[in-house]
Amino acid sequence: MFSALTHLQLQQYWWFLMSVVGSLLVFLLFVQGGQTLINILGKTKEEKNMVINSIGRKWEFTFTTLVMFAAGMFASFPLFYATSFGGAYYAWKIFLVCFVLQSVSFEYRRKKGNLLGERTYEWFLYINGFLGTFLLGAAVATFFTGSDFLRNEYNLTQWQTQLYGIEILFNFTNISLGLAVLFLARTLGAMYIINNVDYAAIRERGRRQIGINAIIFLLFFLFFVGRILTIDGFAYDPETKEVFLEPYKYLHNYLQMPVALILFLVGVVFVLYGIGISWFKKSDQGIWFSGPGTFATVLSLFWILGYNNTSFYPSSFDLQSSLTIENASSSHYTLTAMSYISLLVPVVLTYIFFTWKSIDKKKIDLDDVKEDSGHHVY
Amino acid sequence: MFDLIDMTLVNWSRLQFAMTAMIHWLFIPITIGTTYIIAFAQTIHVKTGDSHWEKIAKFWAKLFGINFAIGVGTGIILGLEFGTNWSNYSWISGDIFGAPLAAEGLMAFFLESTFIAVMFFGWGRLSKKFHLVSIYLVALGATLSSLWILVANAWMNYPVGMMFNPDNARHEMVDFWAVLLSPFAINKFLHTIASCFVISSFFVIAVSGWYLLKKRNILLVKRSIILASVFGLLSSLFVVLTGDGSAYNVAQHQPAKLAAMEGMYDGKEGAGLVAFGILNPGKKIGDDIEDFVVKIEIPKLLSFLGYRKFDAFVPGVNDLVYGNQEQGILSASQKMEKGKMALDALAAYKSAQAEGDFELMEQSMEVFRENYYYMGYGHLYNPEGIMPNIPFIFYSFRIMVMIGFFLIAVAAGFLFFAVKDKLERNKWLLHVGIWSFPLAFLASMAGWIVAEVGRQPWTIQGLLPTMVSTSNINSNAVILTFWMFLALLTLLVIAEVKIMITTIRKGPDNKDNKEGGSHV
Repeated sequence: MFSALTHLQLQQYWWFLMSVVGSLLVFLLFVQGGQTLINILGKTKEEKNMVINSIGRKWEFTFTTLVMFAAGMFASFPLFYATSFGGAYYAWKIFLVCFVLQSVSFEYRRKKGNLLGERTYEWFLYINGFLGTFLLGAAVATFFTGSDFLRNEYNLTQWQTQLYGIEILFNFTNISLGLAVLFLARTLGAMYIINNVDYAAIRERGRRQIGINAIIFLLFFLFFVGRILTIDGFAYDPETKEVFLEPYKYLHNYLQMPVALILFLVGVVFVLYGIGISWFKKSDQGIWFSGPGTFATVLSLFWILGYNNTSFYPSSFDLQSSLTIENASSSHYTLTAMSYISLLVPVVLTYIFFTWKSIDKKKIDLDDVKEDSGHHVY
Repeated sequence: MFDLIDMTLVNWSRLQFAMTAMIHWLFIPITIGTTYIIAFAQTIHVKTGDSHWEKIAKFWAKLFGINFAIGVGTGIILGLEFGTNWSNYSWISGDIFGAPLAAEGLMAFFLESTFIAVMFFGWGRLSKKFHLVSIYLVALGATLSSLWILVANAWMNYPVGMMFNPDNARHEMVDFWAVLLSPFAINKFLHTIASCFVISSFFVIAVSGWYLLKKRNILLVKRSIILASVFGLLSSLFVVLTGDGSAYNVAQHQPAKLAAMEGMYDGKEGAGLVAFGILNPGKKIGDDIEDFVVKIEIPKLLSFLGYRKFDAFVPGVNDLVYGNQEQGILSASQKMEKGKMALDALAAYKSAQAEGDFELMEQSMEVFRENYYYMGYGHLYNPEGIMPNIPFIFYSFRIMVMIGFFLIAVAAGFLFFAVKDKLERNKWLLHVGIWSFPLAFLASMAGWIVAEVGRQPWTIQGLLPTMVSTSNINSNAVILTFWMFLALLTLLVIAEVKIMITTIRKGPDNKDNKEGGSHV
């Protein structure tokens, strides 16, 4: 089945899969967003515990999706993995620290003898929530703005600054996407919590947070979208593979790939609709609109990055060092073998859907967070 | 291909990986093995309706949860470290190495982390059968996860199912099944997973033994000991069996590692296995000083275990470094020469390609193909450098083996006295059980040292040396992040251990603390 596909078709298929995983990851960052709202939504100890138990039951989904995204990129586009992780070294290491901190915090926060105290683990959750989402957004923005690396004839790459990724922060377009992702995560986090927690005061505070964070998110998101649609994008000639700067490249991509454009517009409408019904109609169902809307919007952004002869990881130091889905990918054989494994994706999504449903069947209330409740509590 | 090699960068990159891997490994065996013990206890509960078994399952699940969290956190560091610290390796072998990691994510990690949520939050809320299935799925997920990781690791030791693509300058997979089902991969998986079961069994035995000494939770811990000692005994016997398979594979494909494991400098037919020995500390490769200060050797056993023939020739360090014409073994210098020819041919191929000189490309490729097998040696500059640190490997191997056999005896002892219901009367055994837990870890760590340090100087055996596998970054960046992660992980490990100890001290159920010594 897959072996009949050309190498380019397999590369496109794998870019599609990575786009899906990456978009799911951005949606699931509602966990991180919720972490930044612990003190705002929870004013008493019990309220804070309810907020933490609500998002805590989902942290592994986000974590696993992140691992899957990284491993999938390693397997399908190893040159990207080697170039970005081995070059933007400090950025990824700080990002890693954020996620290591998260991994223990839910479990250890209320455990007796936890060495650092409850507040410290809550700080860990804030660090992961604020810095993790911001860094991820800023790092992904470099897919549009470019990074300073050089690739030699053996495809070995050398980062051209001694800042190893810190320079990402010197570009306001990168910062704007980082902040957009952070405030989107906070918006989604508030939406998820008001949907999942059965407690009036938390829901009321959550609604206020949706409004405030959504406005800030929209400001940075609109700036970012406006910027990328008007800058020169990194295109390549499909015949010669030569990379060159094309004015309005990403706008052209949307216009030349109407499906991506429709996906983007539908996604944005869904996000706005979810925000609208949560804020104005006091609905607790906003997450089920803004969540899929986020997924669709991010998916379309990935498509204009990787498809239509576009470099998805450009080098602003040397255009010809830029990475495309063609020059950064695994071999035809490996992509084929992995494509068969990818047939399990629907199975995985199905069992995640059903387990998610079974866990969320009952909304979180005060009884769920008592230490003697007989259940596992965070 | 690689102009400058910064050994400070290489050494600190190795140190960082070793540090994060060893800390990660503190948590993984318990995570993998304890899920089975939880599943067995819960199965008995579902079958018999005896609530005590559910209490056992819940208690070990509580400890499992504490352990799992930090295991996940330290695991993501390792995965991404291939990219951050070993980016040259990631490109050169990513076409093969990345696939098992992606398969792990999709097939195993999602299964494990999804059903862990069901396991923890479904207790008493979901049907007992579905909940039990979810525990087994967690165990399956953890086991599958280790399968894919160990397949990737085995490939580094025994690179199969691939070929070098000069156009991309990387190794590419040509046979997925050869990678997945290589004897090295199968044996490594079975050996490592069984060792995880042994460690987790001794974790349960140690905690339960402590309770027995304190006369607490008697019924609960006696039942736990029976489960763990049966599981531990069977697993440790299986470790011996697969250990033999591992050594056989090493003999076939990693002769330098085998020579280091045995401290054998001069090869011979009918070689004996050193049961006990002290290496001569002044011994250097190529000199005439005695190898051992003292040794007890079992005649011909090494030849038999390594080659299944009592009179088979086993090459020693000197044969591998300086060659042995009679046995058809090339010297390291000859291999380095061939390796340099392969690298030069590759460089000539690349420049001819850039100039469009097809004739030169073809000629260069011919030379390259003739010498490709030795390409990795072309990066080396010292023939003696093909050997790992011999004393480190020799003693690590013996520590692993000796503790391994000791653990079989301890597990058998626990099972015997548990069945006779005489555990409390044999306090010495309970103390031994407690100390056997760190010993099991020590054996396991020693095993990893034999496997990984024993493979040096290679990341991919014979094909890619460690010193050219690192990222092209400033060594200061690696040194800085080494200390950053050491500080962070040390803090988290201390926190984890403290929570574990506090939770164990608190016990499964305070009401049960003064329970009498019920018969199991």
